Amino acid sequence: MPTKIEKDAVSGTLTTGHEWDGIKELNTPLPKWWLYVFFATIVFAAVWVVLYPALPIQGATGLTGWTARGAIEQEMAEHAKQLEPRLAAIRQATSPQILADAEMRDFALAGGRVAFANNCAACHGAGGQGAQGGFPSLADDDWLWGGKLAEIRQTIQHGIRNAEDEAARTTMMPRFLADGLLNAAQVNDVAEHVLSLSGRAGDAAAAQRGAAVFADNCASCHGSDGRGSRELGAPNLADQVWLYGGDKAAVVQSVSYARAGVMPAWGARLDPAVVNMLTVYVHSLGGGEPE
Amino acid sequence: MSRIDPKGVQPASGEGGSLYAARQKVYPRAVHGPVRRAKWAILAACLALYYLVPWLRWDRGSGMPDQAVLVDIANARIFLLWIEIWPQEIYFLTGLLVMAAIGLFAVTSLFGRVWCGFACPQTVWTDLFLWVERRIEGDRNARMKLDAAPMTHGKALRKVAKHAAWLVIAAVTGGAWIMYFQDAPTVTREILTGGASLETYVFFGLFTATTYTLAGWAREQVCTYMCPWPRFQAAMLDENSLVVSYRGWRGEPRGKAKAEGVGDCVDCRACVHACPTGIDIRDGQQLECIGCGLCIDACDEVMRKLSRPTGLIAFETLANLAASEAATAHVAPGPVRQVCGMKARQPVRFSRPRTWLYAGVLGAVAAVMLGAFLVRPTATLTVLRDRAPIYVRLSDGGIRNAYTLKLDNRTRSEAALALVLDAPEGFRLVVQDSGADAEARPLLALRQDGITQWRALVTAPAGAHLPESTPLRFRLLDAAGSTVLAERSVFLAPKQ
Repeated sequence: MPTKIEKDAVSGTLTTGHEWDGIKELNTPLPKWWLYVFFATIVFAAVWVVLYPALPIQGATGLTGWTARGAIEQEMAEHAKQLEPRLAAIRQATSPQILADAEMRDFALAGGRVAFANNCAACHGAGGQGAQGGFPSLADDDWLWGGKLAEIRQTIQHGIRNAEDEAARTTMMPRFLADGLLNAAQVNDVAEHVLSLSGRAGDAAAAQRGAAVFADNCASCHGSDGRGSRELGAPNLADQVWLYGGDKAAVVQSVSYARAGVMPAWGARLDPAVVNMLTVYVHSLGGGEPE
Repeated sequence: MSRIDPKGVQPASGEGGSLYAARQKVYPRAVHGPVRRAKWAILAACLALYYLVPWLRWDRGSGMPDQAVLVDIANARIFLLWIEIWPQEIYFLTGLLVMAAIGLFAVTSLFGRVWCGFACPQTVWTDLFLWVERRIEGDRNARMKLDAAPMTHGKALRKVAKHAAWLVIAAVTGGAWIMYFQDAPTVTREILTGGASLETYVFFGLFTATTYTLAGWAREQVCTYMCPWPRFQAAMLDENSLVVSYRGWRGEPRGKAKAEGVGDCVDCRACVHACPTGIDIRDGQQLECIGCGLCIDACDEVMRKLSRPTGLIAFETLANLAASEAATAHVAPGPVRQVCGMKARQPVRFSRPRTWLYAGVLGAVAAVMLGAFLVRPTATLTVLRDRAPIYVRLSDGGIRNAYTLKLDNRTRSEAALALVLDAPEGFRLVVQDSGADAEARPLLALRQDGITQWRALVTAPAGAHLPESTPLRFRLLDAAGSTVLAERSVFLAPKQ
């Protein structure tokens, strides 16, 4: 309720001229400096809207032409420019040359770690620990296609069973049950035989029968002793590392319907220097084999 | 001894009064005497120490900074003569600061605020700026007259000269601070030729500005309003601490020099005029008093002129003040009263539980820090077990764990140490990219004054019945075969 503006007896300050339930409010306006700063911020905001992208319209830019995306792109370009001399050296070098030069090796290992986390860890896990179901561990001593530097580089560059890359290594395991090459009993027997290769035999008689089936159907790729072939990417069946699980059901599944893990060709996506860095990084994870 | 200012505690009502106290500019008058001389000497020593220390050289060999005192932030080292502090040893700095704090408590409980009055940078630089001001604008009366006078060319010239001189001192002060963090000759040349980094100029400007503002403009307000120390220093003082005191028993009642029946204080206000914080010491102990003792010199000068004993204002304990007061309660003002009062004084008790406590704590902290310093390791081995993967199953069924070994070497030597593993039978150790000694043990070459990193692979044999966690110990052996460093870790295996 509006009342008369009056002077407060105690403080000597004028009231606002409003009264609520007998309570009057003193008129104590904001300090002048505060007000001026407030006005200054309004002016600042107006200038800002003109100079910088502030309007909620797609593609709107201010007079300066500055954009956050452009700024980050510029920063990344500057960063890339700084790294370029070292990347160029790595691009030219072979993997053994990188490992021989301590400084280049440290740089490549650090860069490889980052590139691995960005591109490879999604399937192969942090630190190359791999995952059941077809994503090989890169830290162990078991390699499908070889663990030497050149072999690792070939795999990263061209991928595995990659239709987009001519040089990708491609082999196919037959679907023994699905395509009628073996019957269910034979599949069972050969699975028992495969398990016995790594000392997991359950049914010795079945394994015995399976040995013949193995020799006829599997040995051409996996070797007569089941130790596999890196030429063909045929896994070693006599060791303790199982890409798709080492129990009988998994082996039966593999024999019946085959397995064919694929990997993209990174040579088409990554800078050759990054492929080189990834090569030495993967080699360093623990499974790298000497030349 | 206590003052309550009713205007200060009660909001002004009706008067339109403000709770904000406008600064009364202080114009301290120059004084001469033993306290002043001591202050000049300490000032000269402190400034010389501050400005010259960065220029001291210390040969540390090639590739190392040759500055005696250097906080090398870029390379994460603190150099102090022959001592080199690494970042993880920053607790030595903490220890020094703790000792400085306790030392301050001890000195305060013995002698009052001598730190504030004599050695605090705020006091030292304010004193220096005041000296400059006096050289250019004259002493107290001349300065007051100048400030009150209308602006003339002469006044403007003096003001400009004063601020220019202050800015030069401030710039040198700010520049000297930078030199503790960068090589002094290099950074001086860079600053003067415009070749220093932006950060250098920013900090140079910052410290110049703070010196100029705090010593030229803020002065006693820093002590009264900004500094926390005056607020709690009362907790270190007791009735046996020496503090700057006015001997009221001798001075009161104040009166003219030739008047009868009055005390020795002639109310000339020399003590007030000399005070750099603008207080009247005769009001008793005050928060604003920084204990510089300039009022002592000012009063003694007057007393000597009047052929009266000096020491009307003196470094005195509250206990002695009370004793003198009591002894002279019924003695008429005059020489007899002076003698009675002085006779009632007791020798100052420096040995008190409080001072022993501070000394004890100081000694204990110093002993701990010194002990820690003397046995500080010159190299450290850190073992970080890889967490991804936690373990690797090898094709023969063996289990492998990987470890990152970090070896920091704080010495100039480049020894190579052999690594051995204390582990159950059959565990194998391989260190990637390491050399090997005659016994085919991995040989880790140390980098001088730096960190080297190695990746170690430990393999447990196939078929070993492993618990989920097996304790391991990595040991580094010197050429003689004795263990120089050891670090524990564990070997993790899948649940069986």
